[in-house]
Amino acid sequence: MKKTPPVLAWTLPVVSGVLFVALWYAVRSWSGLQSWILPTPGEIVEAAWREHDRLLRAAGNTMVGALAGFVLAGALGFATAMLLGVSRAFRAGLYPWLLVLQMTPVIVLTPIIVLWAGPGLPGIITVTWLISFFPIVANMTQGLLSTDMNHVALFRMANASRLQEMLLLRVPSAMPYYLAGLRIAATLAPIGAIFGEYMVGNSAGGSGGLGFLVYSYNTQIKIPALFATALTSCLLGFIFVAAVSLLNWAVLHKWHDSYERDDH
Amino acid sequence: MPLMGVTESIVQFDAVRKRYGEGPLVLDGINLTVAPGDFISLIGPSGCGKSTVLKLVAGLNPTTEGRLAVLGTTPKGARGRQAFIFQDATLLPWLTSAGNTELPLRLRGAATATRRAKASEMLTLVGLDKVAGYYPRQLSGGMKMRVSIARALTLEPQLLLLDEPFGALDEMTRNRLNEELLTIRERSRFTAMFVTHSVSEAVFLSNRILVMTAYPGRFHAEVRVEFPYPRHADLRERADFQAKVNEVSRLLHEVEGPRK
Repeated sequence: MKKTPPVLAWTLPVVSGVLFVALWYAVRSWSGLQSWILPTPGEIVEAAWREHDRLLRAAGNTMVGALAGFVLAGALGFATAMLLGVSRAFRAGLYPWLLVLQMTPVIVLTPIIVLWAGPGLPGIITVTWLISFFPIVANMTQGLLSTDMNHVALFRMANASRLQEMLLLRVPSAMPYYLAGLRIAATLAPIGAIFGEYMVGNSAGGSGGLGFLVYSYNTQIKIPALFATALTSCLLGFIFVAAVSLLNWAVLHKWHDSYERDDH
Repeated sequence: MPLMGVTESIVQFDAVRKRYGEGPLVLDGINLTVAPGDFISLIGPSGCGKSTVLKLVAGLNPTTEGRLAVLGTTPKGARGRQAFIFQDATLLPWLTSAGNTELPLRLRGAATATRRAKASEMLTLVGLDKVAGYYPRQLSGGMKMRVSIARALTLEPQLLLLDEPFGALDEMTRNRLNEELLTIRERSRFTAMFVTHSVSEAVFLSNRILVMTAYPGRFHAEVRVEFPYPRHADLRERADFQAKVNEVSRLLHEVEGPRK
């Protein structure tokens, strides 16, 4: 793939960002909308500063739920995919039900989850896990089944055991797929956590996170603060994606073609 | 090659036939005795089943009919004493040259020190000891194939199966690797079965060339190549070498028929 020149990679997003903010101010002043319907970026930043204590504490709490759910999804996703990758029977028997689970809207399941897991952190973690689990399983399973047939022949010729074939061949060659699954899950996990907090937010257990702030600011019609919460959620999501990108780099940069450099 | 009291064949095909599933016959009436020290090339049009012959020997596919013995046992039983070299180098991209070379020993559970030493010995043999720590994507096509050869030789196989290993390389690299392969064989003493599309490569490397026909695959003719080993690059310039190439080419034209 052709890389964007580094100068443009930095300047273009800045230019488009500045244009967007300018457009925002223009719309606000031409439309004559009130601050509580469409606050200006300045007012949002002001609200963020005013509320920064609550926002940061809430972001920290959300981070705990999101991270726990994400790690759980990463570990269980890996294990489930191994199971599906090993056996045709498991694949045929389990995969359709995983699809059904994935296609059931989380919004429908959330009250049930809260009922079962309780309204606090366990429920939030479960919602996060549920929303980020499937992309990991689907990608990793695909990866385990996409092993190069010649590589498999090579292992068979060397009298490798099934376990060796799995651990030394199939799992490493599925790593790019697993990491792609994690990357999707990283964008979903904070959303899942915030959504979980929002759904259980008015009860005592969910009162600490960004999802609760959304609930709370909304009922108080603190619209600039609501925008500031959105901004904070974005930052949280960005941290997640950046962390997985770093992991991706750490695992793949030495050997994978996606990190091909021009120097050889 | 040590002389034994009984001349044991390395590979023995008796009336072997092969079809995939319910499909048409891919190989029919295959009879072949590979003797110790043979370097046999299989050459023929696309679809003549020459790669299938190698896969049967490797035990990667079962025969449909007939008897096939490899190293005195079944193809699968002979695993570990025979090695396969594919058309593309099939290196594991997440392992270095050394890691790839030592892989067969690792799969056998050899101690780390043993396999490190063997890998470095093998890489030295193919002239790649300097890139032991490089990953495959940092290597040229020719270097990758050298690593692949080093890996195949790690277990000191008696039989080496090569499925068009140099087909994707430019002619100069291919010639160099042909010469190196023969040099390595002077030391490692393996018997080889080699699939190729290149007549001059087959003549340069082999003592026996089997020309095959397609649909179903059969042996059409065998050509003996009597030039003594060790052979060197200058062999290619000799008139009798060229005559041999022409002889095989003529046979190949016979089986391929008029060009469409």
